[in-house]
Amino acid sequence: MSDATTPLGIDAVRHVAKLARLAIPEDRLPQLQGELIAILSHIEQLQSIDTTGLEPMAHPLTLSNRLAEDVPTPGMPIADLLRNAPATEGDFLVVPKVLQGESS
Amino acid sequence: MSINHASAGDLVSLRDDIRDGKTSALAALDGYLARIDKQNPRLNAFHEVFADEARTAAAATDQALAAGNPVGPLAGVPIAVKDNIVTRIGRTTCSSRILENYRSPFDATVIDRLTTAGAILIGKTNMDEFAMGSSCETCAWGAVRNPWDTSAVPGGSSGGSAAAVAANLCAAALGSDTGGSIRQPAALCGIVGFKPSFGRISRYGLVAFGSSLDQIGPLTHSVRDAALLYQCMAGDDVHDSTCAPRPVEAVATTLEETPRSFRVGLPVQYRKGNAPAVDAAVNRAIEHFKSMGAEIVEIELPLTDVGISTYYVIAPAEACSNLARFDGIRYGHRTKAKSAVELFDLYAQSRAEGFGSEVQRRIMLGTYVLSAGYYDAYYRRALQIRRLIKQEFDRAFEKCDVILGPTSPTAAFSIGGLTDPLAMYMCDVYTVNTNIAGICGISLPAGFDESSGRQLPVGIQLQAQAFEESLLLKIARAYERAQGPRAHLPTTAA
Repeated sequence: MSDATTPLGIDAVRHVAKLARLAIPEDRLPQLQGELIAILSHIEQLQSIDTTGLEPMAHPLTLSNRLAEDVPTPGMPIADLLRNAPATEGDFLVVPKVLQGESS
Repeated sequence: MSINHASAGDLVSLRDDIRDGKTSALAALDGYLARIDKQNPRLNAFHEVFADEARTAAAATDQALAAGNPVGPLAGVPIAVKDNIVTRIGRTTCSSRILENYRSPFDATVIDRLTTAGAILIGKTNMDEFAMGSSCETCAWGAVRNPWDTSAVPGGSSGGSAAAVAANLCAAALGSDTGGSIRQPAALCGIVGFKPSFGRISRYGLVAFGSSLDQIGPLTHSVRDAALLYQCMAGDDVHDSTCAPRPVEAVATTLEETPRSFRVGLPVQYRKGNAPAVDAAVNRAIEHFKSMGAEIVEIELPLTDVGISTYYVIAPAEACSNLARFDGIRYGHRTKAKSAVELFDLYAQSRAEGFGSEVQRRIMLGTYVLSAGYYDAYYRRALQIRRLIKQEFDRAFEKCDVILGPTSPTAAFSIGGLTDPLAMYMCDVYTVNTNIAGICGISLPAGFDESSGRQLPVGIQLQAQAFEESLLLKIARAYERAQGPRAHLPTTAA
C-alpha cells in the first residue's frame, strides 16, 4: 500500500544523487543502488508496526522555542570567518555566476 | 567507606599526584608524549598532537601550583579530543577530506569548560568519517587499530579516542555518541565510555551529524574519571538552545554513595545472538549486583530490534540536512574540476570529491527518506516509532533503576572483516535506542573474549532514565568496585 515498497530503480538513485548534490559517477550507481536496496529492505520492518494515533517525536526534549536574551554580543571577526574559505576577494566569498539562464 | 583507587593511569589519581607534587604536569605530559611517539604510528589514534601548546600549558600549570595559586579540578591532566569537536588550535577534520585543512575560529563549549578547569589538550583523535561508522575504518587518514590487537578494529566512531585511552596515550578523551559511538569503542577497547542524556552537555562546537541524537561524552580509565569530566562539562549553555536548563549534581563528590537499594532490569531481548563471552560478562555483572543486594528484575523491551531500522531513517535524514553545509563555498574542499562552472556542479563535484563512500551512502539514504512521496512512509513513521521506543523505556524504568545488558554483541572484529554496510550497522543494536529515546548509558569494562586465542575486551552497558546520570554513575561505580580495577595492556600501560 505504501510508497515505501516501490523498488529503487537506477533512475531514482540518479535523481536522489542530484537532490543530494552529489556527482556520483555512472559506474558507481549500480553498487550504491544495491546497498541502498539492502538497507531499505531491512528498514521495511517499520511498515509492520501499528503507528495509528502516535504523535511523531522529533527530539527527546520537552523544551520548545527557547529564546536568547535580546542583547547584542560581538560577532566573530570577518577575517577569522574567511580564513577557511576556498576563494575570497576582499571581504567576500567568490562563487561561480549564479544566474546562468537555463540551468538544472 | 574506603575508597578503592580505580587504577594507575586514571585521571583523578594523576590530578592528585600533580597537585600533591608527586609529579609535575610537564613530566606527566612528557610521559604521554613519549608513549604517543612510540605507539601512534602503530595505532593511528591521533591525527594531530599539540606537543608544543600542551607543554606550554603544562609549564603554566606547574608555575601556578608552585606559586600557590588556585587551580581547577582538572589542572594539568592531558585530554584528547575527537576530531569532530572544534578547537582553535590545530585542525578539525572530522576525519574527512572535505575538512582536511579546516581551522576553527572558535572553541567548542566543552573545550572552554575543560580548559577553564585546567585540562590540557594533547591532540585530536581519528574517527569514522563524520562519526558514521562502528569501526574507524572510514577515517580518511587510515584505519585506527585496537591496542589489544592491532589486527582488530577499535570500534567507532570514537575509536581514536578509545584507543588513545586504552593505550594510555592520554589521561582521558572526549567522544561523541549518536548511536553508540562512545560506548561501543569503549567496550571494544576495554575502557569506560559514558553517553549522558540528550541535552545534558552543550553541543556548541560539535560538528553536527544527527541533531536529535548527538551527545558529547567522556572516554576514560575509570567511572570516577567519567563522573568528574561529566560534571565539568554538563549544564546549560547560551550557545546551545538544545542544552537542558537543569541543575547538574556534583556527582564526582558523591560517587561512592551507592544507593541503599536499587533494581537492575534485564531485558530478555538483550540475550540473543551475543558472543558467549559477552553473555558471560553480563552474567558476572548480575552476580556482582546480587551480591551488593540489588534486586534483579526481568523486563521487556520488544522494540530492541526495531531500533536499527528507526535509527537508519532518522540519523541519515538529519545527517543529509546537516551535511548540506559542506558545499565548497564558505569552508572545506572546493573542486578544481574545470567542468564545474555552474554553481550546481561546483556543489556536487566538491561534495563527491570530499565525502567518503559511507558518508555519501548515508546522505543518499537520508535524502531518499525525506524526498517527496517517501517522507510519510519512512521519516514520519520512524518518528512515531521513536515515540513507542521512548514509551517502552518509560514503562521499563517503572520497574527498574538501571537496565543491564551488553554494549556490543561481540568483541572487536578484524579490520576488513565486516564489508556489508548493514552488518556493520547491526553492531549498534544495543546502543542506538539510548539515543533514540534520549536517555543516558555507560559502557564498562567487563572482562575478555579469549575464544579466538587473542585477548579482546568486552563491555557491559548500564542505561538509566533521562537526566538520571548521578544514579547511573553511582551504580556504575559500585559495579567497578566489585569488578576491580580495569585490566591494563601489559605492553602500553607502563
